[in-house]
Amino acid sequence: MRAWLERQIPKMVLAPSFVAILIFVYGFIGWTAWISLTRSKLLPKYDLHGLIQYKRLLAAPRWDTAMDNLLLFGALFICIAMALGLLLAILLDQRIRVEGVLRTIYLYPMALSMIVTGTAWKWIMNPGLGIEAMVRGWGFEGFRFNWVIDPDMAIYAVVIAAVWQASGFVMALFLAGLRSVDGEIIKAAQIDGIPGWRIYTAIILPSMAPIFLSAFIVLAHLAIKSFDLVVALTGGGPGYATDLPATYMYAMAFSRGDIGQAASSAMVMMGVVFAIVVPYLYSELRAKHV
Amino acid sequence: MIPILDIRNLNKNYGAVQILKEVNVAIDPGDFLVLVGPSGCGKSTLLNCIAGLEPISGGSISISGRDMTQVSPKDRDIAMVFQSYALYPTMTVAKNITFGMKVRGIDAATQARKLAEVAQQLQIEPLLDRRPGQLSGGQRQRVAMGRALVRDPKLFLFDEPLSNLDAKLRVSMRSEIKKLHQNLGATMVYVTHDQIEAMTLATKIVVMKGGVVQQIGTPAEIYNHPANLFVADFMGSPAMNLIPARTQRAADGIQIEITRTEGAPIILQSPLTRDLPQDVILGLRPEDIAETGFRSGAAVQSAQCRIDLVEPAGADTFVVSELGGKQVTARLHAETKAQPGAMLDLAFDLAKVSFFAPDTGERLN
Amino acid sequence: MSDLSSTPSAITAQTRPGQIALRWLLFCFLGLFALFYLLPLFVMVTTSLKSLEEIRSGSLVSLPREVTFDAWRTAWSGACTGIQCEGLRPYFWNSVLLAVPAVLISTFLGAANGYIIAQWHFRGANLIFSAMLFGCFIPFQVVLLPMARMLGLMGLAGSIPGLIFAHVIYGIGFTTLFFRNFYVTIPSDLVKAAKVDGAGFFRIFWSIFLPLSLPIIVVTVIWQFTQIWNDFLFGVSFSQAGTQPVTVALNNIVNSTTGVKEYNVDMAAAIIAGLPTLLVYVVAGKYFIRGLTAGSVKG
Repeated sequence: MRAWLERQIPKMVLAPSFVAILIFVYGFIGWTAWISLTRSKLLPKYDLHGLIQYKRLLAAPRWDTAMDNLLLFGALFICIAMALGLLLAILLDQRIRVEGVLRTIYLYPMALSMIVTGTAWKWIMNPGLGIEAMVRGWGFEGFRFNWVIDPDMAIYAVVIAAVWQASGFVMALFLAGLRSVDGEIIKAAQIDGIPGWRIYTAIILPSMAPIFLSAFIVLAHLAIKSFDLVVALTGGGPGYATDLPATYMYAMAFSRGDIGQAASSAMVMMGVVFAIVVPYLYSELRAKHV
Repeated sequence: MIPILDIRNLNKNYGAVQILKEVNVAIDPGDFLVLVGPSGCGKSTLLNCIAGLEPISGGSISISGRDMTQVSPKDRDIAMVFQSYALYPTMTVAKNITFGMKVRGIDAATQARKLAEVAQQLQIEPLLDRRPGQLSGGQRQRVAMGRALVRDPKLFLFDEPLSNLDAKLRVSMRSEIKKLHQNLGATMVYVTHDQIEAMTLATKIVVMKGGVVQQIGTPAEIYNHPANLFVADFMGSPAMNLIPARTQRAADGIQIEITRTEGAPIILQSPLTRDLPQDVILGLRPEDIAETGFRSGAAVQSAQCRIDLVEPAGADTFVVSELGGKQVTARLHAETKAQPGAMLDLAFDLAKVSFFAPDTGERLN
Repeated sequence: MSDLSSTPSAITAQTRPGQIALRWLLFCFLGLFALFYLLPLFVMVTTSLKSLEEIRSGSLVSLPREVTFDAWRTAWSGACTGIQCEGLRPYFWNSVLLAVPAVLISTFLGAANGYIIAQWHFRGANLIFSAMLFGCFIPFQVVLLPMARMLGLMGLAGSIPGLIFAHVIYGIGFTTLFFRNFYVTIPSDLVKAAKVDGAGFFRIFWSIFLPLSLPIIVVTVIWQFTQIWNDFLFGVSFSQAGTQPVTVALNNIVNSTTGVKEYNVDMAAAIIAGLPTLLVYVVAGKYFIRGLTAGSVKG
């Protein structure tokens, strides 16, 4: 009897956390999913009405902009951050004496809140007093850099700030990956007379495929969650020009009192994350069982 | 005398897989039991069951007559030494050894006394204030043994304790364990995959394969009378020669015929009176095949064999000849004049032969 | 370069002058990028030390002619975050009251959970772990509404304990992951030896696992502190006027529509809000990096 009880202790200690996750993650997702199928406005109503919220979502021009922005922002952010991160990692891999200092400098933005980042870049990109004014002050009268207030260019301003924040992290990942390649393989290649750059492209980079994947997953995740940055940098504007699904959802939930829309937009965000992360998790967990 | 460890009809399943099947072993106080077998045979699992670290699915385990099925490891009066030593990394050697006593609420004075005894016995006094990370492999081994000794248990359990040591250290630690056994008169259950360790340390050996006990016996019994082909092949180094042969009833015993790819088959006469099937596997250890003239006895029979390989090994020379389709090894004196490619007269001591059935592998004599 | 190197000096050519030139090019690039990353920090600091006229008359990157700390004083105790004009101070304090318990509780729970999942195998343990892991990946938008309602039902709406609750619940996934990955590397023989010695579940955790957990505790605490201090979404959704964390207050100051835009105050406020996590990073940076890469580079 006593032995049986003792065997239950680990399960009992784990149980509260597990139950909490069941309720607050899975239960809540279920609730949101349910609400997304109702006509709820300011208050939740629980009668199901099918996919009307999703139809409204697809018909809303603001949502259209938000999804377009997500795609555009996501693609640019991920590509540029990965490229920049990879470039910096390769550069730093060249045995620099001040590598530690440089790494610290490249990575510190990741320690900052996105609100701080957004605030700083909003100031830097301020048309009248920021970069535009500065470059004009240097003599280039015609220089324009008013992206933050230009509806067509504002999303690119967000990309710049996001890349600034996250590329250091990608660099850290890639640097670790570059260094984990077996030194003997590289020596063998050097003896074979393969030029340095070719060693990178033919041997090192291909062996880093899993890290590319990890970086992609993390960046994609960051892109989808981007809320703080947009709020601080552009407020979703000018107008709705830099709206993202996250800001749309928030607006519907707390300003517009339309929780049906909020729920459906949240479920769509969930779906996008799902589609990217689940195959990755599945392959990772399966690999562990091999 | 009540066996100090009595395992009856032990079964252990893990899901649908049966890891231990109908294991029956009993040992007396002072025995040194070795569980030996290839990887995956269940020997470590059996040890864990004895320790109470794994639940059993059927049967019973008794220590000193008490049924241990519901008893947790700490109440079984056992001590265990692990392959990886499992020393607590953040505690000093002294704390490592006294941790068990502390948990059981033994007073500080007794703890100190026992610690000093054990430290002196294992010569680890200078190490008491160090952390495991600062010790060599052999030192860690001793601390692990110290932790076990200080418990003064009924049973000492060893789970492949020497596998992580280099060859030379392994041999010296093996002697230490044997000495410890003799000095303490303790009962030990020891798991290893190394059959030499098994032969040198054990008073009783359990050979296991696939969760099934193949044979239980003293080292001599296992060595000279292996119960089946597996035991015959697994124990002893170099391995026993297992030669396919045909038998025929003869006037005063059995006629054995061993074919060869080159030359006429060898005919040997064995005085054995029991009935044997026509096809058998003949088992003979290399040391029981000698150069004719160097071995005498009523059952010794000679035959001319072509030598394929000559391997001088210092004190002996091993030669290999092809018999019955197998490479058969014979152990000759170092001064032998055997040459590869030449014929040599070899003497087979049929008093030492083991016969096995080719289909079941079971011993026939 | 020497044959002992295992990284090819890919960027360097074979000839000596070629090598030196490329090396200088390398340093140029690295330096330029360093400037890119440091620019916002530099601009924030200098702007915060300038007076408003200097900001208007000078350039973005010019050093302050006259260093003044007025903006800092205002940011700390006078800036307006809506109707209140008390500066960041009360909200900074809110963040502290929120972050410290949340970090401690979520770290402790993660340690216990990780210990169980890594060393006490029972049927379903891995399933439970996967379920918790999945929770790390969800966009929080999908739990925002129900959590807001739940907090209301529990009487914690708009309160700091409510925020702590939310951060703990959604932090457990990460902290468990960190500790579990760490504890999995500890040989299970250690637990067996302790069991034979007579130690039980709690004793083994306290006497054996916790003492060797310092590295992972540091990583987890730094990670959680950074996540929780820097959070905005939960802050803006689950708090109200008096209980907002510093990130929300910062946003309010910067985006307030009343009065003249005081850029120097904005910058000072941004630095104040970002200082704690920045300091943690500077002091314990390598643990921070370990935390970032712990979950991603599954090794």
